[in-house]
Amino acid sequence: MSAIRAKELYKVFGRRPEDAVRRLREGESREDVASSGVTPAVIDANFEVPPGETFVVMGLSGSGKSTLIRMLNGLLEPTAGEVHCGDENVTTLDAAGLRRIRSQHMSMVFQHFALFPHRTVRENAAYALQVRGVDRRTRLAKADEALEMVGLAGWGSRLPAQLSGGMKQRVGLARALASETEVLLMDEAFSALDPLIRREMQDQLVELQHRLGKTIVFITHDLNEAMRLGDRIAMMRAGRIEQIGTAEEILNQPANEYVAQFVQDVDRTRVLTASAVMDTPRAVVSDTSGPQAALDAMREGQVNAAFVVGSDQQLLGVVGAEAAASALQRSGDSLREVLDSKATTVKSDTVLVDVFDASARSAMPVAVVDSRDRLVGAIVRETLLTAMAKLRAGEEAAGTTESGTQPDGDVSEVDHG
Amino acid sequence: MDEWRIPLGDWVESFIDWLITVLGPLFDLVGTVLKETFEGLQSTLNFAPAWLMIIILAVLGGLARNGTFAIIAALGLFLIALMDQWEQAMLTLALVLVAGAVATIIAIPLGILASRSRAFSNAIRPVLDFMQTMPPLVYLIPAVVIFTVGVVPGIVATIIFAMPPGVRLTELGIRQVDAEVVEAGHAFGSPPNAILRQIQLPLALPTIMAGINQVIMLGLSMVVLAGFVGGPGLGQQVLSAISRIDVALGVEAGLSVVILAIFLDRVTAGLGTRSTVARQKEAA
Ligand SMILES: Nc1ncnc2c1ncn2[C@@H]1O[C@H](COP(=O)(O)OP(=O)(O)O)[C@@H](O)[C@H]1O
Ligand SMILES: [Mg+2]
Repeated sequence: MSAIRAKELYKVFGRRPEDAVRRLREGESREDVASSGVTPAVIDANFEVPPGETFVVMGLSGSGKSTLIRMLNGLLEPTAGEVHCGDENVTTLDAAGLRRIRSQHMSMVFQHFALFPHRTVRENAAYALQVRGVDRRTRLAKADEALEMVGLAGWGSRLPAQLSGGMKQRVGLARALASETEVLLMDEAFSALDPLIRREMQDQLVELQHRLGKTIVFITHDLNEAMRLGDRIAMMRAGRIEQIGTAEEILNQPANEYVAQFVQDVDRTRVLTASAVMDTPRAVVSDTSGPQAALDAMREGQVNAAFVVGSDQQLLGVVGAEAAASALQRSGDSLREVLDSKATTVKSDTVLVDVFDASARSAMPVAVVDSRDRLVGAIVRETLLTAMAKLRAGEEAAGTTESGTQPDGDVSEVDHG
Repeated sequence: MDEWRIPLGDWVESFIDWLITVLGPLFDLVGTVLKETFEGLQSTLNFAPAWLMIIILAVLGGLARNGTFAIIAALGLFLIALMDQWEQAMLTLALVLVAGAVATIIAIPLGILASRSRAFSNAIRPVLDFMQTMPPLVYLIPAVVIFTVGVVPGIVATIIFAMPPGVRLTELGIRQVDAEVVEAGHAFGSPPNAILRQIQLPLALPTIMAGINQVIMLGLSMVVLAGFVGGPGLGQQVLSAISRIDVALGVEAGLSVVILAIFLDRVTAGLGTRSTVARQKEAA
């Protein structure tokens, strides 16, 4: 079952909103309906978020993102449509039911932090548990745990005013984490932070998400942030969701002209990942086979190096043609003794710019591994250069220049020692 | 011209007569409670010798502000005693405290209601304007009609005159609390009453304290006028100074009022800045 489901969700601000919904359903445009003095903020939103997914809603200011996320936990009542959280229909809950959903199933992180200025950092983090009636000792202990998770161990007795912006939002995150709800709603949570701090917070969120596997609905107006964080992205414009898809889907198959226009400036080499350009490795041998097998595999694949894997496809290293040949002459050597265990590897979700850095350091093909270090693909330098040239040319043809504003991606060089 | 005159005053008068017949027992009760509270407080304040009260008040001032203020307060209060106005000053202080406390107790819930309901806020705003701009002496007339002369009409008129800023600033303070912070309370499932108690009131406290400060200051100015209807204290001293054209007494009683006013102002203002919120703002 999906963690969150929105079905034909509408929110219209103004007088007689039901009328406006009826007209929108009949196909009238948002502008026509708005001309009668109402604001259709969210129009016919449909989506499902499976447990553990980071679902990003991306759109310009005023496109209805905040309205949408506030309908998910009932802070705003939908004009029409339904919201489900797990097996509960949020739309039909009374005030007490909504409070229960909010304190037990969904917590929220705010754009301007919304910390309680008169409470210490620890008491802020413990707030959700206080609302739930957890005794003081337990909730403060939980708060300390959450603070440690976000890297604020030891700051518990400070007041929010004594913290920098980035640290304040860490408290905001800890407050939501301490509540131990499965769903996290984040409304432009990093938008108020400096670019460098924002980048740090994004990394931290990704890392926490790996560990905790929460269901996250993340709102942003920053496409790069959306692409970096989102498993899937909903592109929103003027109240409507124009497209829902992975970053690659949105880049490569934009649903319409608007989305295409929107993503044309994106530096694709910073969004597309190794898995988009990798090939099946052409020469792979098991570590139990000998140098002859490696040479055969190379000849067959018409390459000058072979990847050596253990049982379970675990990447052990790479062996070049010369090393294999000399091992064969000294006959008896097993592959294990001649393989280069420091093969250049990247994860399958490494972005292309970082793959390029890795590839520049070695003449051997770059190995692509999954999160458990199993070999899933290979990238030879020629393929990479062609792909990058094509992507950059595509951008220039679209009449844009590369935006150099993003901080550098992280280079992941795996050392199989 | 005479036939064009609207007898508005007459209407109000018959309204008050009607009030007295309907609510007479209630007024009696209110009157008794106010009188007893005042008597209790004033006899306590005057029971202790002046020097002891001066020390106690100076220490209070020191706690609310600082050591320097404690010393200045002690000197000022000592001057009142030297002018032989101490007993009268304590009567006035008791009047102000009783009226100010009642006004605050009424004002804060009204302010909370006004902050929660636009309609209620719009409804009481003109009433508050009226209460504040009516020449204060006018309140004394119906107060005397209802409660006869003595200390009670003075207290009642003071409560009415001094209450508006308490309501206004409570409403303002709560409305000024960052909407996102209040929303955070809702977003974590806190019920409205807990949000009021744990978030809105603490964060509005400096503004509410500024309101209480104004209530007390307005109360003090009104309490002097209460002398006209037989209210005891410095007001009566001023009144008799006027009727006897006694410049010396006028100056002494007037100066005592000023000293009391400065003392109360600084102490209540000091309490506002002592709150957690004000301290955390300093820390920033
Ligand atoms: N409480 C409200 N009353 C009236 N209009 C509103 C209200 N909240 C938002 N809107 C309008 O709804 C539209 C979407 O707003 P919002 O959801 O805040 O957009 P975003 O978060 O994407 O910037 C805007 O046109 C905004 O003016
Ligand atoms: Mg918004």
